[in-house]
Amino acid sequence: MNSLNRKRFRGLSVHVILMICVVISVFPFYWIIVMATNTSQDIYSYPPKLWLGDNLLTNIDHLFDKMDFFGSLLNTVIVAVCTTLLVLFFDSLAAFAFAKYEFPAKKFLFGLLLAMYILPTQLAIIPQYEIMVQLGWLGTLKALIVPAAANAFGIFWMRQYTSTGVPDELLDAARIEGAGFFRLYWHVVLPCVRPALAFLGIYTFIAAWNDYILPLVMLVNPEELTLQVALAQLYAGHSTDYSMVMAGVLLAVIPLMLMFTFFARGFIADATKGALR
Amino acid sequence: MSSSPVAGPVPTGPSSGSANGPSGQPAPDRHRGPGRSGRRVRPVPAHRPPAGSRRGPRRWIARYGTQYLAISPYYLIFSVFMLFPMLYTVYLAFQKWDGIGEMKFVGLDQFRFLWDDPVFWLSLRNTLVIWVLSTVPMLFMALVMAVLINSTRRLTAFYRVALFIPSITSLVAIAIFFGAIFSNNFGLINAVLKAMHLSAVPWLSNEWTIKLVIATLMTWQWTGYNAIIYLAGLQAIPSELYEAARMDGAGPTRMFFSITIPLLRPIILFTVVISTVTGLQSFTEPQVLFGSDASTNPNSGGPGRAGLTTLLYFYNQAFDYNDFGYAAAIVWAFFLLILLIVVINWRLVQGKERRP
Repeated sequence: MNSLNRKRFRGLSVHVILMICVVISVFPFYWIIVMATNTSQDIYSYPPKLWLGDNLLTNIDHLFDKMDFFGSLLNTVIVAVCTTLLVLFFDSLAAFAFAKYEFPAKKFLFGLLLAMYILPTQLAIIPQYEIMVQLGWLGTLKALIVPAAANAFGIFWMRQYTSTGVPDELLDAARIEGAGFFRLYWHVVLPCVRPALAFLGIYTFIAAWNDYILPLVMLVNPEELTLQVALAQLYAGHSTDYSMVMAGVLLAVIPLMLMFTFFARGFIADATKGALR
Repeated sequence: MSSSPVAGPVPTGPSSGSANGPSGQPAPDRHRGPGRSGRRVRPVPAHRPPAGSRRGPRRWIARYGTQYLAISPYYLIFSVFMLFPMLYTVYLAFQKWDGIGEMKFVGLDQFRFLWDDPVFWLSLRNTLVIWVLSTVPMLFMALVMAVLINSTRRLTAFYRVALFIPSITSLVAIAIFFGAIFSNNFGLINAVLKAMHLSAVPWLSNEWTIKLVIATLMTWQWTGYNAIIYLAGLQAIPSELYEAARMDGAGPTRMFFSITIPLLRPIILFTVVISTVTGLQSFTEPQVLFGSDASTNPNSGGPGRAGLTTLLYFYNQAFDYNDFGYAAAIVWAFFLLILLIVVINWRLVQGKERRP
């Protein structure tokens, strides 16, 4: 074997190994679709069906009987959208103050942010539950949105971007024209930090969409659930009707997957940036 | 603890060590006297210096009020819904309380009970075993994948997206999927075993295979994410280093261990810390796979409680049995343990760097 062939062979084997990894990565989505489009009998039989069936609509029909899918979807969308908007607003505003201003106790407050960022949220969840009971928020979506609006990671992320991405000259020019803090924020900072907001927005939205433990604890009313909790309950209660459960999984996962693949490249580039700093 | 800014269960953590300006560069205003116009990072003439005394509270509000107003939403919500509850959890750990009746102070009884509780120790063992079973192969395979992607120029964007997707997939959906393919009676895995004339394995009823299934799930979800983090690190290594080493006659293995690994160490540290913090907090996987309500199901976490992780046990005590005091003791003890493991990991990975 000459060296050119050997080089080509090595290059090819790299792609073969990586393709196997890719197949493993995306196989669950394929298999979820297979299970969701066949009948449960097909899934139970041996050998199992490896290709798509034509039972999807029947499965979805059963799913809608057993689960208030659109109600859960709506709740999930409300929680994800409200959380994302609040986080974007609060965090970019706070980040502006941290990045471009000096004020007493700034160091301390920022350090507090750092420390709290590491503490697991489970440390707070019992008293959180009691607070929601006292406020009368238990079982409502507010109990999910409001605590999630305090996002320490977002402030870090936005501060980092604001301190380098918003030119001081631009701020000074606007100040000379008499702009105050909030006008600077709205007219100068926000347009400059849009790329960072995009990442934080997608990240927050996905995290809120996928969140499980908080809705599991707070949404005590079985009529008012988010998709994740409703799916888990569907699985626990009807684990024999796999094709129906998988139809639910499929419908719950699709919107997020579409959104992600649309933004994927920029998102991944941003997601790795943090680790490198 | 606060010296580990990158730790956190999120895909990125901008490790901003200093609160001022680009890292490494001292902020210009740091040493200013309190009365000077140290309001902005860079002094600009736009704002007139305060005319009156700097001591008056109104003056103070006029100068700093907007900044505090801007950061107040976070700190308000955070204080009410995070800081206060966390401190209250400490208080609860010394009480006996079911959430409705009177609280009763019991001193260290909860912790004494914890120390003698075999189920707590079982849950700790489960958690640690699952963590090791997932983290070690995960980080190893991620590094291999990153090196492979880095060695080619084709299809890299495709690989990055395809390998990243598992990390943003809903854990509940994936747990249901794993429950289906590892099912004892049918399930794809057992069908494959049968096709290969091997006997079926009761994956979800055996003490070890339960842990293996959960660990496989976590490995599937996070390997690609870590690979992409490593890849970004690899791409930041200047290629001249490799060329110089090649001139000196170093082979690929030698280069990997003498150049790649040392330069990647900060990033390896980051991934180790992240996987420790997230890996030890496994909850959703066993909770969805085996159903949770411990008050009706004595086998929370699967047959033999083999998948009962500490957080699941905490959840059972708090929200199935309403034993809030004991649950508070569990979660604080567990947090301190996580912290200890993170510090040990940190020392292990960082320590090697301090070679003369």
